[in-house]
Amino acid sequence: MPTNVRRAAVIGGNRIPFARANAAYARASNSDMLTATLDGLVARFGLAGERIGEVVAGAVLKHSRDFNLTREAVLGSRLSPATPAYDVQQACGTGLEAAILVANKIALGQIDSGIAGGVDTASDAPIAVNDDLRRLLVALNGARSLSARLKILGGLRPGQIVPEIPRNAEPRTGLSMGEHAAITAAEWSIGRAEQDELAAASHRNLAAAYDRGFFDDLVTPYLGLTRDANLRPDASADKLAKLRPVFGSGPDATMTAGNSTPLTDGAALVLLGSDEWAAEHRLPVLAHVVDAETAAVDHVHGRDGLLTAPVHAVPRLLERNGLRLQDFDFYEIHEAFASTVLATLKAWEDPAFAKERLGLDAPPGSIDRSRLNVAGSSLAAGHPFAATGGRIVATLAKLLHEKAATGGPARGLISICAAGGQGVVAILEAGR
Amino acid sequence: MSNDLFRDLSNSPVAARLGIPRVPVLRRYEPGQPLLAGPALVGAVGAGRFAKAVSALVEDAGGTVLDAPGDEKIAAVVLDATGARTITDLASVQAFLTPAVRRLAPSGRLLLLGPEPDGTDAEAAAVAQALEGLVRSAGKEVRAGATANLLVVAADAVPAAVDSSVRFFLSARSAYVDGQVVRIDVPVGPAVDPAGMDAPVDRVRPLAGRVAVVTGAARGIGAAIADTLARDGASIVAVDVPAAGEALAAVANRTGGTALQLDITADDAAARLPAYLRDRHGGVDIVVHNAGITRDKLLANMDPERWNAVLAVNLAAQLRINDALLADDRVLRGAGRIVCVSSQSGIAGNRGQTNYAASKAGVIGMVRALAPRFAERGATINAVAPGFIETEMTARMPLGTREAGRRVNSLRQGGLPVDVAETVGWLGQAETGGVNGQVVRVCGQSILGA
Ligand SMILES: NC(=O)c1ccc[n+]([C@@H]2O[C@H](COP(=O)([O-])OP(=O)(O)OC[C@H]3O[C@@H](n4cnc5c(N)ncnc54)[C@H](O)[C@@H]3O)[C@@H](O)[C@H]2O)c1
Repeated sequence: MPTNVRRAAVIGGNRIPFARANAAYARASNSDMLTATLDGLVARFGLAGERIGEVVAGAVLKHSRDFNLTREAVLGSRLSPATPAYDVQQACGTGLEAAILVANKIALGQIDSGIAGGVDTASDAPIAVNDDLRRLLVALNGARSLSARLKILGGLRPGQIVPEIPRNAEPRTGLSMGEHAAITAAEWSIGRAEQDELAAASHRNLAAAYDRGFFDDLVTPYLGLTRDANLRPDASADKLAKLRPVFGSGPDATMTAGNSTPLTDGAALVLLGSDEWAAEHRLPVLAHVVDAETAAVDHVHGRDGLLTAPVHAVPRLLERNGLRLQDFDFYEIHEAFASTVLATLKAWEDPAFAKERLGLDAPPGSIDRSRLNVAGSSLAAGHPFAATGGRIVATLAKLLHEKAATGGPARGLISICAAGGQGVVAILEAGR
Repeated sequence: MSNDLFRDLSNSPVAARLGIPRVPVLRRYEPGQPLLAGPALVGAVGAGRFAKAVSALVEDAGGTVLDAPGDEKIAAVVLDATGARTITDLASVQAFLTPAVRRLAPSGRLLLLGPEPDGTDAEAAAVAQALEGLVRSAGKEVRAGATANLLVVAADAVPAAVDSSVRFFLSARSAYVDGQVVRIDVPVGPAVDPAGMDAPVDRVRPLAGRVAVVTGAARGIGAAIADTLARDGASIVAVDVPAAGEALAAVANRTGGTALQLDITADDAAARLPAYLRDRHGGVDIVVHNAGITRDKLLANMDPERWNAVLAVNLAAQLRINDALLADDRVLRGAGRIVCVSSQSGIAGNRGQTNYAASKAGVIGMVRALAPRFAERGATINAVAPGFIETEMTARMPLGTREAGRRVNSLRQGGLPVDVAETVGWLGQAETGGVNGQVVRVCGQSILGA
């Protein structure tokens, strides 16, 4: 039994450029993308033939054939086939949760190295037959005689042939994620202009990061795509202001295709390990995983918005680590919608909310906005659900490493909201 | 069928009846292959110091050595003419070679070892130079994929200094290297103790334990260099521009190496590459400057963008990285080997390629200038100058130009990327320390620029 807990190191990452749905990766499956991303990571860190402690990844939109998605990707990759793997799924929190799971096993000494992340395709989404037809087909399969089969087929009605296309909707509310976000935006009076400004900043920051070569060792091109297809380097708040709202209703509707993430295809992974494992392999330690917290809210019956769980998770994480919200050099708040980020920040600033809902005497307060999503985030890069966590962990670890190389120790906060009223948050540190 | 249709057709019975000359299928190296496909004839003129060592080398590789031609085909004819000083000696060279070349097997090897010209003795100097004319003409005469090359050996080089070069020129690794004159000096570096030189080198994996960085490794000749050096035992660091990352990762993974997405013309590339090599690999043994681009335009229509882009990738980046390697003695390890990819265009010139030819000729100038500086560090720097090599680039040439490019050499065909790669591998061996500041053409003895 290991007795000492050690901090897991983030060694690096790899992702493929994110593509808009039904475009560059229209013909790529989750398995194709995850395997390619794994192979890019293997090449970057010279891991061909290496047995890694564990590979943990997942996808939100999954075909039934993908039941062992991650293990199959390992077998298709250049890693040693003796590398074990398992799938996780926690909606948009999948990638970060996978990284936390791997980091925890490393911390406990159960494994020395691990790879975590996720993949999603909105292009190759599984389309199911509806429940009526499914029951009929199962019965057909079980029928013993031709006449019995014909009898079953004779009962087929046109309505049964309508396929069930997965929707971006909450099972218990029937509302889409955007509709949920619009409710929260209205609740916190998030204006249109500030949403467009946040979206423009995301594009600006992502483009600048590409231009300075920041992604040269974080991204590997795939199927002809070398940068995120959604990126509009020339996006401005003025241009975004011209778009028509798509979520919410009436004159107060503020959410557009420009300040909401588009459906995206892509995959991202991070390589984690103990400091010793990294040193043995002559690999860098970019940052360490300090701690993590997952929260859930009752968006069905309660007062909380669907995507507001991080509002609760972060104060709990800060408290446990004796930190203030202001003690961070970088904040990576996943941009599901610009309004989600802004509502989250506003909630942390609100004394009444802090008292009544977070049980705090004083609110966590505001953050220095110049430290937020400095290398761009999901509004510009896109958001293949399970891939976002891996993208953010690798990006933040590299930012912290750069900062620590010149300015001493650096600390960063990750916050990712997820469907089902959940939120996953984590702290990374470098140079400490 | 290969992509050289004419070569394949020329080998058909119909072509033979029509009297079309055969385009030979060259013997190429495969692991486990014997050094030679048949016996070697080894001789010496005058007081040759190397014939015995060459015979031992052939026998050590499992081959048989003849001292006179018999009835059978001969796979290699090696003449140690380092002792040739007079016109009479030269006549002995002819007397030895004439019956021997008649028996030369397909893909056979004619390899001469000659003396360096002696400035104090005009006849000896003339004879030394005469061997070049002889070998270059013989290269044009020998048929069926046979080659002729000359090693000019410094007076004070010990026999072990020529071993790796003799082995390369006899083997199928030098398939497309023809009509070349390579000078072999006393090896660079700390005086290698003779016991060390005799220590068994892993002949199957002569680059075992060496770290090799290859720029432009995502495809073409660079990918072949990565594959070949890895086959010979080196750990590969494959470098290419970030946009080529997908293909680069495939090369890195199939060679069991690592991929570094880096534009070698980036401002910080000459700092990042050495730092990366030091941190991630504890230094580097072999640096292959292969990345290169063309932006063809007649001089009359040349613009600064095309000119500067070609010079930046093909020459300036190599200069800056070499400077960085010389400036930091924690990067290039003992027996460091730098190999720069030049081009036939840099020697012969080529219409529409003033920028490219300037850059590739510049590489030759750089190699010659840096050779003594690397030698001080126990390292060498050499250039390989490919002729017409069958790659995606040449496959896109118009048919007529492509056919002409292929045939204007003694082997009457284009070379393969692996032919360049094998040459790089030989120059990358720690044993090849006697070859420094040289330009080796991989061109099948092209008539261009010869
Ligand atoms: N193909 C021939 O017949 C031939 C003949 C003579 C010389 N050469 C030389 O051989 C070398 C390889 O040629 P090839 O035919 O394989 O060409 P290629 O175009 O197939 O490959 C060149 C590689 O270099 C990479 N590269 C270009 N600019 C780079 C940069 N700034 N940083 C990093 N990588 C960069 C490219 O992305 C590409 O992968 C070149 O130097 C070329 O000039 C080729």
